[in-house]
Parts: sequence; C-alpha cells; structure tokens
Amino acid sequence: MTRKMIKSAPITRRRVLATVGAGAIVAASPFRINLLQAEETPIKIGFPVPLTGPYGTEAQDQVRAAQLAIAQFNDAGGLSGRKAELVVRDDKLNPGEAATRTLELVEKEKVNFVVGSLSAAVQLAINNVTKERGIIFNSISQSDAINEAADFSKYTFHEALNPHMTSGAVGRYAFSKFGKKVAFLTADYAYGHEMVRGFLEVGKAFNIENLGDIRHPLGTSDFSTLLPRIQALKPDILCISNFGRDQQIVLRQATDFGIKKTTQIIAPLLSHASRVAAGPQAFEGVIGGCSFYWGIEDKYASTKAFNEAFRKMYDGKLPTDYGALGYGGVRTVLSAVKDAGSVDTDKVIAAMEALKYDYYKGPQYYRKCDHQSVQSVLVIKSKSSNMRNESDVFEVLSTDEPNEATLRTCAELGHKA
Amino acid sequence: MAGLSFDLVALQLFAGLALGAIYVLFAIGLSLIFGMLTVVNFAHGAFYMVGAYAGLYVLMLGGNFWLCLFAVPLVVGLFGLLVERFLIRPLYGRGIDYPLLLTFGLSYVMVELVRIAFGKTGYPFDTPEILQGAVNIGVGYFPLYRLFVIGATAAVLLALWLFLEKTSFGLIVRAGARDPQIVRVLGVDVARVWLIVFGIGTAIAGFAGLLAAPLQGVIPEMGATILAEAFVVTVVGGMGSIGGAVLAGLLVGVVVSMTSLIAPEMAKVSIFALMAVVLIVRPQGFFGRAGLLS
Repeated sequence: MTRKMIKSAPITRRRVLATVGAGAIVAASPFRINLLQAEETPIKIGFPVPLTGPYGTEAQDQVRAAQLAIAQFNDAGGLSGRKAELVVRDDKLNPGEAATRTLELVEKEKVNFVVGSLSAAVQLAINNVTKERGIIFNSISQSDAINEAADFSKYTFHEALNPHMTSGAVGRYAFSKFGKKVAFLTADYAYGHEMVRGFLEVGKAFNIENLGDIRHPLGTSDFSTLLPRIQALKPDILCISNFGRDQQIVLRQATDFGIKKTTQIIAPLLSHASRVAAGPQAFEGVIGGCSFYWGIEDKYASTKAFNEAFRKMYDGKLPTDYGALGYGGVRTVLSAVKDAGSVDTDKVIAAMEALKYDYYKGPQYYRKCDHQSVQSVLVIKSKSSNMRNESDVFEVLSTDEPNEATLRTCAELGHKA
Repeated sequence: MAGLSFDLVALQLFAGLALGAIYVLFAIGLSLIFGMLTVVNFAHGAFYMVGAYAGLYVLMLGGNFWLCLFAVPLVVGLFGLLVERFLIRPLYGRGIDYPLLLTFGLSYVMVELVRIAFGKTGYPFDTPEILQGAVNIGVGYFPLYRLFVIGATAAVLLALWLFLEKTSFGLIVRAGARDPQIVRVLGVDVARVWLIVFGIGTAIAGFAGLLAAPLQGVIPEMGATILAEAFVVTVVGGMGSIGGAVLAGLLVGVVVSMTSLIAPEMAKVSIFALMAVVLIVRPQGFFGRAGLLS
C-alpha cells in the first residue's frame, strides 16, 4: 500500500504536465485543424529528465522550452504536415530509472528520437540504451565521457557544453585574475570529477597550486563540517563543482562562514534556477560559467527571438540556461528531420552533422568526430543590485567564442582520424 | 593538504556539535511523541518543512525573524493539535503500524499541498541581518547564526526539561507515558495529555524547520533527508528517550564532522555505520527501554 502511494505521486504530476503541455500546444497552434486531418503517427521525441529530485526545477524548465521547439515545428507545418510530439518521462536523476524509462520510450512509445537528461551518469545510462537500439540521442546535460570513443556512437549527439569547455572558460578567466592557490569542493560523481579535471588541465597554463580536493556526496544538505578545513587551507580561489540544490546550500553556508571575505568562489556552472531559488545573498560575487543567459539578447537576434517566443508561450517568463538546452536539443533534431525530409535515422544523422545553426545563442555546429556542439561559453557573475526584472540575476563578464581549440582533440578522445 | 592542526580539529569538533544541535532539536520532538504516545511520527519532517514555510509566510506578511520565532511554533503546534485530534486519535489502541502509516501518508499530502500552494521551486530565506557573518571562537571563525542555533536549542531543551520535571502537568505526562491505565483511573484525561504532547512535539519540529531555513533555504522536500537522519538519532539514543536524543544527536554531529575531516565522501555513510555499531552492541540504544516497539 505504501509502495503504491510512493509511485503514484510522480505519475500524477507527469500526467498533469503532459496534459497541460499538450493543451497549450493545441490551443496555441493556428494549424490545429491539421491535427484532425493528419492520419500519420506523430514524430515522437522521448524526453527523460529528472522532474523530481534536486534538479527538478531545471528539469521543468527543460520541458517548457522543449515544448516551445515542438510547437514551433508544428506551427511551421511539421514534416509535410506530420506533427511532432514530446513524450516526457521522469528519470528521477537515477541512471537505472533513466535506462528503464528510455527503454520504455523506445519499445512501448516507439519514439523516433531521444533528447534529454540532466546528469552526467544519467545521460551515459540513456546513451547506452539508445546506441544499442540505434536511436539518435541528443544529450542536454554536461558530460566529458559521452564524447569519448568508449561511450560515443554515431547516434550520440551532445547539445550541452561539456565540463572541459565550461571549466576551461571559467578557469581561464579566474586563474588570471584572483590568484594561484586553488582549493576544490566537489560533488562526488562524474560531473564533479570531470569539472575538476578540466580546471586542473587549464590550470597548468597558469601554474596554479592545487591545495586539495574535498569531495562530498550528492545531495548533501549541510556543508558546515567541510568548510573549516577549506578555511584552514587559505585558498585564493575556492572552486565549487556541484550543481542544483547542493550548490545553493553550499554557497549559502560558505557565505555564513565568511569564506568570501578572503577567497573568490568560482563554480564551473551557475544555474539560473538555483540562483533564483537561493537568492542574491548566497550567490553574491560568485563567478561561474553557463551555456545561455537570456540577457545576451542584445547581442544575438536568435536569443531575442527565442526569448520572445518563450515569453509569449509562458506568460512573460524568460527562459533559463537549462531551458534553452531543452529548446536547442529538440530544435536541432527537428531541423535535421526537416532538412532530411525524413525521420530515417541515418539521414537525420547526416543532416545534424551538416547543421550550421543559430537558434538561441549565436552560431553553433556539431563537430564531426564526437558530435559535440561547438558553441560559446559565457562567464557570468551573480548580480545583487540594479536588477531589471526577476530574471536579471547574472552579469556576463566575458564570452569564450565557439572554437574547436578549447575542446579536447578528437585524438585525445580516442576517435580514429 | 594542510596538516591537522589543533585549531582545525577543535573547530571541526565544534562544527560537529553545532550540526548535532540541529539533529537534537529535530529528534527531541520525534522522541517526545514516540515516548509518550508510542506514535512513530513519519510526518515529523513535513511539520519541520511547514515550520520553514510558515516562517516564510510571516516574513511575507511583513513580520521579522524574531516574530517568526514565536509565531511559527504556535502555528505549527496548533496544526499538530488538529492532526492529533482528528487523524491520529481514532487509531490509538490499534498497534504501532496504523499511526505510522497514517503519518507517512500525511507527510506526502502535506508536501504535495505545499508544492501546490508555494510551487516546487525553493525560496531563499536570508539570515537575519544581526546574525550574519562569522565570529572568532578562539580556534577559528564560526558563523554567528549557527551559534544562535546552538543557543536556541539549549533554550528549548531547558524549557522542555522544566516543563516535564517541574510542573504538575509534566508529572502527569511522565506518568501517562509509563502507565496510561493507572493515570486514567486517577481521573486524568489522558487523551488531553496526549493531544498537548503531540502539539508540543510538532511545535518543536516547526521551530527546527524555521531555524534550518536560513542554513539551507526552503523547499517542499526539506524534511525528507533530515527525517532519515533523525530516526538514526532516536534509534541510537533509544526510542522515546529525550536524554538519549540529545546525547545521540550531538554524537552523530561529531561523528559526521570528524569523518568529514578524514574522508569527506564517507560523511553520510558514517551516520548509518554508527547506528549499525550501536544496534549490535546495545539494541535498545543508549537510554532506550526494551520492548517499547512490541
């Protein structure tokens, strides 16, 4: 009985979400009459994301923005009238759950493509399933391993940044400005480890001194017992490689301990949703990286268009970093479908490889050898004053323009030339 | 890595005690309710979460943190009274599993209602201005707010001790816990005693949630993690023993802290390792009475 209660909660939420989402699309679409005429089955995109758990807020942003990409595709007539549909599943931030849900999406829902996930380990689990079944998977979460030959397959695409790119951009910015003595506080899983590796790699060029890497389990709610040791190390820079709620809590508690007075805190990835949830006090002065910020709309027409469309669909709300990835991940796949004129896997792969796109953040393309989206990385700082609106939480300090030189080479990743 | 200086170890010990204070505050309410009512309150974490949201609400209405310190326990305590009167009371005498399942389900309902009312995204809860920053405690800097939490926990413990030991109502509570039948024969309305004890227990849970809010922010699921840890504390201390909860809470805090110093990635596991060791050596916990659960 208790087990039933546990299980029914997410199903209900999921159903509500799906109904609301589908309703919004039908209502928004001027082509809704076509739905009745179209006899063909829709193009289905499976979308496993962690709706429940510490990254739930980010995951909901991903769903919202992905629905926008679907709506735009359908409004533009679909694939000669054939519409697309998003099939959302909760992967609960758990690789096992994600693998099961993905299998279900492929076998039962018969999805044509899979886009999604929000954790390094989870996306690798999904990737294992999709590559075995020959289904294209466009990952919208950070991972280094997914680009490496061992995990990569021709079906694997990576729309998100990877830790090497992110930590590289933030490291290059911070190590030249705030000092050489660096301490690390790291979430003890693939994402954290890969970020630290990236920082140490870029740190070589700046001769940084690694004072130590303190690892904490994912889902830690109190960091007070880890912070005295970090204080004792007296670092110039404290690099915090965790995400979501862990990041919110650790920044808050580090502020309480007075660490910011002597140390510059940097994080490879600052999440918009986390910053909003934790408030300006905790994030004050923290510098980090991100793949997207709505504020770059002054620079890119595509960002402005994306923001406007998102605002229109969601009552004036602005998209977030992970939301944008949901949009980009789905939109690239659907664009490739259109270019290929088919949902045939090999044709779509070829079309994706050929894409030169600018959908939401300036120019991007998928590198041939590892299908990593070559794109810009933003270095941002949390704002605590002069905010224009509730989404105005970051200031863009610098931008690493798209450049294959900031990626690990194909040979380093184990791909044959 | 820097060496383990005396100052660092001392500061680490202190951090452990401060962390332990939060466990203690959470676990005494749990232990009080179990000790007196034999109700394993799985909704304790939800009451804790409600305390944090109630604090947020008071702040939104224009109140300040100091007002929250009084308003939140009152509101959550009153809510607890209603829960006891209308949901838990009908289940007395049916064994331990009925109230356990009820409170388990109730916690899901409460979390879901809060999600509907306040959304799934968390809210920031700023540390009150006067308690911001860190102070030198001799061996290093420690957040002022955490010192305040230690003080508040001590105050709650003192008040609870005075209430239970020095008032005639406290005497009835203690007697009722030992032998409700005899107390009833003496003409005492035991139902009313249990009602009030449950209210006090939930009020303390709400207070704990409020104190935790500036440390970690406010989200609907905030009670879930600490509930697991608090059950470890009550089991180690002995189910139903308030003294046991205090001792075990501080011990768990120190064990987590010292583990963090040597092997931080093992900190979470160390809590459960401690419980395993205690259960092997002393199955009823430090001050537990055997047979309470049967």
